[in-house]
Amino acid sequence: MHTLDEIMKILAEVKPGIEAEPDTELVRTGILDSVDIMSVVMALAEEFDLEISPLDLKEENFHTPNAILDLVNRLDD
Amino acid sequence: MKHILELLDRTVRRWGSRTAFGDEHITLTWDEVDTAVQRVGTALAQYSVQRRPVALYLDHEVPCLLAMLGTLAAGGFYTVLDTAQPPERVRRITGQLEPALLVTDAAHREAADALGLACPVVEMADALNAVPDSFALQTLRNESLDTDLAYVLFTSGSTGAPKGVAIQHRAVLAYSAWAAATFGIDETTVFGNQTPFYFSMSVTDLYTSLRTGAQVQVLPRRLFSFPVQLLDYLTVHEVNTLYWVPSALGGVVRWKALDYTALPPLRTILFAGETMPTPYLNYWQAHYPEALFANLFGPTETTDICAYYIVDRAFSDDEPLPIGRACDNCGLLVLTDDGRAAEPGAVGELCVRGSFLAAGYYNMPDKTAERFCPNPLQPHYPEIIYRTGDLVRYDENGLLQYMGRADNQIKHMGYRIELGEIETAAFGQEGLQSCACIYDAPKDRLVLFFTGRKGLEEELRVRLAGRLPAYMQPTAYRRLQAMPQNQNGKIDRAALRALCKED
Repeated sequence: MHTLDEIMKILAEVKPGIEAEPDTELVRTGILDSVDIMSVVMALAEEFDLEISPLDLKEENFHTPNAILDLVNRLDD
Repeated sequence: MKHILELLDRTVRRWGSRTAFGDEHITLTWDEVDTAVQRVGTALAQYSVQRRPVALYLDHEVPCLLAMLGTLAAGGFYTVLDTAQPPERVRRITGQLEPALLVTDAAHREAADALGLACPVVEMADALNAVPDSFALQTLRNESLDTDLAYVLFTSGSTGAPKGVAIQHRAVLAYSAWAAATFGIDETTVFGNQTPFYFSMSVTDLYTSLRTGAQVQVLPRRLFSFPVQLLDYLTVHEVNTLYWVPSALGGVVRWKALDYTALPPLRTILFAGETMPTPYLNYWQAHYPEALFANLFGPTETTDICAYYIVDRAFSDDEPLPIGRACDNCGLLVLTDDGRAAEPGAVGELCVRGSFLAAGYYNMPDKTAERFCPNPLQPHYPEIIYRTGDLVRYDENGLLQYMGRADNQIKHMGYRIELGEIETAAFGQEGLQSCACIYDAPKDRLVLFFTGRKGLEEELRVRLAGRLPAYMQPTAYRRLQAMPQNQNGKIDRAALRALCKED
């Protein structure tokens, strides 16, 4: 099982200075733009050695840090 | 015809009850668009904006389209501002434009006030409540000329102040007539609009629709991060026509998203704004063998484009696409440095004459004189051409090939190099998703930025060693997790140059 801290660390690497709570809306607020989201996806895949399918690349899987954590835990099962 | 809104009048009469504009939140018929435009036009006319600039500080959604057309109804011309830009960058534009009025909405009111403009501010909700004054609007229409400005579109200007390209009604009328006829745009067309309204490509989506009764579905920007969802959105909204920047089409390619969901009913796929990597085209074509694909080319100064190539044969992954031939009512000249016609097949600067030309740069007489100048090949009467700064040559089939920007050609190890050639050679490498080559002048080196799988550096090195001379070999390869993009969705080369400095 991965932790929220790991997700937050990756978000901070992609977007230095990011201010996000576990349920902060990241996509619709524009906190993460399309390039940031792509960077997060690549960072998750490499850091946790995950296969992220295009079908996993959905707004609901990335819209908050908690949603990203759920995705990572599901894929790493 | 003299006024763009005559196109709207005709479409409303013919297709009034059909869907005109849609976004995530609202859908309007042409009748509803017409009413809204009259309301907004009446409200804006109170501020005496006839032949004066109106700045629109609104998001990339349907209400912004209504504000654009409402400005035209009021006899003014608009500039759409990017609400995502920091205020100091927006002020660089408003400083040039000196708008007579700023139109915004409740969500952006605070930010709009903080811009500190001297002009009054109107909110769309209020403008949409105005009682239409058809007599006043008709009077304004009667007083208009087809040489009046329709909008001023600011190009980013990699150096110095942004330049406001001033486009007249007649250019939009001429361009939209040609584009609609050439690409088969009609009332059954549904555009999936990607490009922001402050970017010249959106002119095609909006004004060919106004002309033909086609529909514009404004795509939510965030969906470009989620390609399968984006395709599903196109399917749900029955989008059949795309006119996107290649980077946006590439987002779908990168994830092979067309293989993961139902194919949207696309029949026309147009692209412009940056070089189209041929592997992207090949991926899309494999899924849409019957669709019309066209590579469009031109600067904002020619309304949207001046040349086009309808893809009529197969291209290998590392073969560049031609930019083709001139649009109707566009004359293309290929000139040498000293203003003579280049020899057949020789490289020269692309210069454009004809009806699509902008009036010039707004509030910039010197810059205007520099780029919009007399045609040296026409000594008998005054004719203006626009010097694009783009290098082109005709190939053996009589098609124009783009050879890069005149000011972008770099000198490295004593040779003239066009960076695009290096990128084209890299494409075709298995596992490569996108790439951009940057000349890092302070260190006199070529850096190839790319996205794709790990460990690709060595394969790219071997590939390019076999295809390019030694002086064109990148000095450094840098893998990125994502290619930076600007607000238009194109590769952000300035951001890449900044990355070079960090090394």
